[in-house]
Order: sequence, then C-alpha cells, then structure tokens
Amino acid sequence: MSAKLENASRRDFIKGSLMMIPAVTVGSGVSLTAAADEPPPNLADYTPTFFDAEEWQFVMAACDRLIPSDGAGPGALETNVPIFIDKQMEGKFGHAADWYMKGPFTEDASPLFGYQSSLTPREVYRKGIAATRRHCQDALGEDFRGLDAAGQDRVLTQLEQGALEFDEVSASQFFAFLLQNTKEGYFADPIHGGNKHMAAWKFIGFPGARAAYREWVDQHDRAYPLGPVSLTGERG
Amino acid sequence: MAKTQPHVDVVMIGLGWTNSIMGMELTEEGLNVLALERGPDQDTVPEFAYPKMADELTYGVRYQLMQRPAKSTVTVRHGVRDSALPYRSLGSFLPGNGVGGAGTHWNGHTWRPQPQELRLKSYVEETFGADIIPDDMTIQDFGVSYDELEPHFDFFEKVAGIAGKAGNLNGEIQAGGNPFEGWRSDEYPMPPMARTLNDSMFRDVAKAQGLHPFPLPAANASEAYTNPYGMQLAPCNYCGFCERYGCLNGSKSSPQTCVLGALKRRENFSYRANCEVMKVELAEDGKTATGVTYIDENGDEVFQPADLVIMGAYSLHNVHLLLLSGIGEPYNPISGDGVVGKNYAYQMNGGATLYFQDKAFNPFIGAGANGETLNDFGVEQIDFAREGFIGGSYFNAAMTNGQPIRNMPLPGGAPQWGAEWKEAVQQTYGHTMTIGSHGSNMAYRDCYLDLDPTYTDDHGRPLMRMTFDWKDNDVRMTQFMKQKIDTLSRALAPDDYKLSFKDFDSHYDVRPYQTTHNVGGAIMGSDPSTSVLNRYLQSWDVHNVFVMGASAFPQNLQYNPTGLVGALTYWAAKAIREQYLKNPGPLVQA
Repeated sequence: MSAKLENASRRDFIKGSLMMIPAVTVGSGVSLTAAADEPPPNLADYTPTFFDAEEWQFVMAACDRLIPSDGAGPGALETNVPIFIDKQMEGKFGHAADWYMKGPFTEDASPLFGYQSSLTPREVYRKGIAATRRHCQDALGEDFRGLDAAGQDRVLTQLEQGALEFDEVSASQFFAFLLQNTKEGYFADPIHGGNKHMAAWKFIGFPGARAAYREWVDQHDRAYPLGPVSLTGERG
Repeated sequence: MAKTQPHVDVVMIGLGWTNSIMGMELTEEGLNVLALERGPDQDTVPEFAYPKMADELTYGVRYQLMQRPAKSTVTVRHGVRDSALPYRSLGSFLPGNGVGGAGTHWNGHTWRPQPQELRLKSYVEETFGADIIPDDMTIQDFGVSYDELEPHFDFFEKVAGIAGKAGNLNGEIQAGGNPFEGWRSDEYPMPPMARTLNDSMFRDVAKAQGLHPFPLPAANASEAYTNPYGMQLAPCNYCGFCERYGCLNGSKSSPQTCVLGALKRRENFSYRANCEVMKVELAEDGKTATGVTYIDENGDEVFQPADLVIMGAYSLHNVHLLLLSGIGEPYNPISGDGVVGKNYAYQMNGGATLYFQDKAFNPFIGAGANGETLNDFGVEQIDFAREGFIGGSYFNAAMTNGQPIRNMPLPGGAPQWGAEWKEAVQQTYGHTMTIGSHGSNMAYRDCYLDLDPTYTDDHGRPLMRMTFDWKDNDVRMTQFMKQKIDTLSRALAPDDYKLSFKDFDSHYDVRPYQTTHNVGGAIMGSDPSTSVLNRYLQSWDVHNVFVMGASAFPQNLQYNPTGLVGALTYWAAKAIREQYLKNPGPLVQA
C-alpha cells in the first residue's frame, strides 16, 4: 500500500468514527494520575465536559484542519488534541484563573498590550464557535463541519486574519486560542489529555521527560537514538 | 485592628537571592532575622522533583512558578499622555513567585558588569563629551566602583558556584576567557559547561573573524561542588528544563541549592511563606520604619515590628512598596523632581535563527547557561561618538532546551498551521540554532514607574504603572548588533536564517517573552535629589530601610543582572554589619 493511500484510508477511518456522537458516557477521560498501563481514551468514546455535542463537532473538525492527518506524522485527531482542549476549558486556563481580569476593559486596545478582553478563554471558545457556525450557515449555507477541507480552511483563514467580524467576540482572538491550544495539545505531555502515546514527540524526535543527557551532551551532530518517555513512565 | 507579632531585629521582605544572602550575613551578627515571603514555600524536594518538573505545559507555558497577574501585576503604557492597560496575562517578563523567587526559575547567566558600566555617565562624559548624551537620556553613575565590588562578585560566584573561564586575572589576560571583562581576583569556582554543537560552530566562526568567543558564565554546575556555606550542587545533566523550572537535579544555582539549606539551620532565622507585605510602616516623623504590615496565610492583617527593614522582593515590587509606603518622593517626569520610580529600564535584545538541514543539534540536550558568547561589541569596546549610540551588547549562541510547544522555529514563509506546517515542523525541529544579542537599555526621562490612577489589586491598593517604550539610541545600538550578527550568520552558511531585531518603528510589546530584567525605579547613587538609595542601598529618607535588587540600577547593563545583584547585596550587608549596626543612621550624609 502506498503511503498516500495509507494516509487517505487512515484519515477516512478517523473522520468516520468521530462523526458518530457516542451515546454512552464513558467518564471524564484521562486521569492526571493515570498509570503508564492505563491507555488513553479513544477520541470517539470521549464525552466532552465543557463542549456540547455541536461545539465538539466543530472543535474536532477545526483541529483536523489545523493539524491534519495528511502526510507524515499524526494529526490532531489521532493525538486526542480535542480532549486536551476540553480539559483546558475546565482548568485554570479556561477560566483565566491566573489572569488579571478586573475592569475597566479596553477591548479595542492595540495588540501590543496583550490580552485585554473581559472574556475568559472558555467564553471566547463558546462565543467564537457559535459565531463561526452562524457565519457558515448564513454565508455558505452549510455548517462548518459540512464544508469540504478547502472550505474549512478558507473560514479558518478568515478567522485568523480577522476578516470576519463578530459582535460578541474577536474572531482572530478565538482563532489564536484555538491554534495555540491545538499545538499545546499536540506537543504537551500525554498527562494533559493530548499527544496520545507521545506520537507527536516520536514524529519530531523529542525525548519528552527523559531529562538526563550528561553522556550525550558532547556527542555532536549525532541524532539522539532513544525514544520518548512520559511523566507517567510510558515509553515510546 | 491588626494583630502584632513579637518584635524582631530584622524583617526581610521576600526570600529570593538577595534576602537569602542578607539572612546569612545578618544572622552571623547574632540578629534575630525574619523573612516574609508572599508566595508559597518550595524546595528542590518535593516541589521541583522529577518527573513532575519535566512538564512544559504546566511550567513553561502556564507559568506555574510565576507570579499570577490575578494576584499582582502592573499596568503598561508607552508614553506619559497615554492611558495604561493592565498586564493581564504574562508575556514579556516573568517575575517569580514563592521562596527562591526568580532565582528558582532563571537560566543562570551570571555576569559582572564591565567596570565603566558602573560609572556610565562619567565615562561617557570623560571619553566622548557630555554633548553626545541625548537630552531625554537620564543615565547616572551607580555610586559604587567595580574595584569596591570585586571581592563581592568573587564571593557571590563562589556561593552560587559559577562555571566559567576567567579572561582577566588581576589584570593578566587569560586565553579562553573574556578579554574584555573587568579584573578578577580569582578563577571561576568551576570549569565551563560541556560544549554543544552550536557552541562549537559559533566559537569557530567567531574566531575565524578575529573575535574572542568564550563560554557563558553559568550558574549550572559543570561538576560536583560544595560552596562556602557547605551547600552542595550536583553535576548538571543537561535535562533541558531550566528556565521557567525549578532544577530537578540540584544543579542550578538558586537560593534553595546554594543558601537556604544553611540559613534554615540557624536558630535566629525564621521565615513565613504566604505572607504578603502591604506596606512598610513609618514612625511619626517619617524618618525611620517601625516594621511592616502584612496579610498572613489566613488572610489576617499583621503588624511585624522590627528595627531594620530589608526590601528584597522582585525589583518591580520593591518600587511598588516604596510608593505605597511613602518612602522617598515619587518621581515626576514633567518637572523632573522626585526619585521613586525614576529610570525604569529593560533590556534591548535581538537575534538570529539559523536553519541547517544536515545538522543534528539535539536541542533538548541543554542547560540554561551552556552557551558560547563574545563581548567584542561591549559597552567598553564601542566608540559611542563614532557609532552614534550609547550602549553595548554581548552575543550568545545557547542551546537551553528543545521543548516543542514554545521552541519550534520555522524557516521564513512556513505556514502557521495545516499539512505544510506539520511538514515544516518535522524538517526543522532539531536543525536550528540561534545567535542572540543581549544589550543594554539606557534610562530616559519618560520611562518610569508610578501608581496607576485606575486599576487596583485584591487589597484595593493601586497597581504600579510602567511607562516605557523603545528609544532611538537603543534601536541604533541593536541595529549595529544586527549587522554584526548578520555577518556571523552568513559565515556559518546555514540553509536559511532570519534576523529579529527592534527597528525605529518598534514599540514595546508585552506579548512575546523578552526578559525578566526589569531594572531601576529605586536607583542608587551619590545624590539624594537624583537617587532613592545611597551607595550602600540604604534609603536616603528612611535610614533603617535598605532596598536590594536590580531596582537599584540607574540604567540597564548589557548583561543579565544577577551577578551584580548578588555582589551589591554582599556590599550592602558589609556596610550594615561594619557600620550601620554600630551606629544606626544615614551611612552617607546628604
């Protein structure tokens, strides 16, 4: 089987299985104290805590375009990136718990001054998903996840460039969170819910939490030979 | 009504590098010393233990060891006519939180200033003439000389266990070290760190161009070491989780690894974590402090009486507390009167990212400070009159880590997402190195700190307001460095490279991490009308208040500040021990 075919069939399989919303809740997914032999959940079996079913379909479809399965290396869906994002919404990040969130707020401030919105990231997601889906329905007559890949990419690019203007949320801020969190979920330790079986680390050659290289430091220009380990001791 | 704790001789605000050192020095005098630390207690074990520290998301991206803006932050604006906005989420700079402070999460670049940097204004005037200093530039001398500080640099390097190679031993230039450094009375206590591929490539190309590369002075142990306090460092294992992390290996110099273990054994020392000082309390005449008021871990207000107050919080917090406590006259940028908050400065950095398709750098094999550097374009090496700027820089080819969420430099033109992004990531990861320029930042009349009129913290206190932007002098400096780094980059013949330097249309951007070298605002000097502290870091106005840290710098060095911060702390401690305790009062007559 050629690499191209393999990728195409893998991609179809993943997409097909994910578009079915599971009827049964199988728990909240990854435990932060998961032992190495406790396998990460299948994305298809995961019931999101923060996102509702429609939002979840959007997140999965968008993640699949931001880090697709095409070509070498795993995509966002194979690495459970949406699960990571769902967990982040429920944690300190989603609630902006560490951020200074007192007013007054100057929403139209220069971007040089960083985050100035009164919305928490989870509010940005909720409003951003709703506004993007409305835009797709109104302008394109189709839900985001019903668009073909090129159509989804066009919408994501419009979000990224701020070409869409929403009433309640900044399109570019929504996209920025989505892209940032997608990459985080791809490359963070699997303990946080994404990077399933350290597939993203294996893809680029990052040894994860090995954190001991004294005998390797002066071996110049030789690729490091060992695979990654995770915080829970999983070896890849 | 605040409850009152029993009197102590000395109350110290904060428990990072400076107050750990001050604790050692003042307990040796038999004084009863108490430290109040705003953040949590933390130590190598259990807080920094493997494996949990090797978690990029939690510590590198979500800043678990850093100050939470929700609890404490500043507002920022570019000019005196602008409204400031809160620094709501961390980006440009990362003050530490908890015992050890920023000394737990730093990389460990440990420099001495060049001697003339401590008398910069005098040096410029004597060498190039006062007329080359722009009208709005407010640079000053520190009021203490390199020669006076040399024994304290030396001792701090021995306490912190610095790995490096001397370039100037008692005036004799040494092969392999920095020939442009000030004289040193002794070699570094440890040899340099192991060399990595990027180090070696940079060293060779720099030498070929007639420059003088040398290993970065590192607060990462290159071998097993025991310091003068009996504290032990383990050899660094190049784990690649240094900056933003507590050291999981006991190898990075920090208050925990170098001082606190010894200090905590002393019966006349104690500390209380989760205790945030609200203000320094003054006697009715305003000339002495009576102690501090703080909020304890239960949320109760407590008065802690003391004879001596040592402020050793992060530089920005020192200035904030001075403003909130009414110690010294707040600076007014319009009239030029007042001193507290004056001369806030930062660091002018830039760099190149070089991509080599056929080289394996193994970037995850790294330590915070195992770089190769050069100082040929330092403050003392540049003809300011000819080049048209005041300042200087050191260059640094370091490989601190390969953590992939934040360290994924891609060649120019690579997309930010999609299949082509993934392809670029695979092709690029592990094949890039950087050359950085770490440069000085001068002080200016309208770059300063004061209290914000709008935003408050959880206690209802005004946040501090930072007014700051980049100035042409410093942009000219960094553009000069850009040309030099461009030449070095080309000579390395990468497949692709990109330069990132501030330009004349650049404004201060709080989003990307730049450096946690916020300096000034409580500056030292020789004249109470232009400085907050005298040459011994003693408040001119309230003689039993001493203020440690980089808030004392009248402008920023070309270097990372910790070497000078450490030496100044020992210098101030010596003055307290030998002069102040015998006869409490101003150590310098105004």
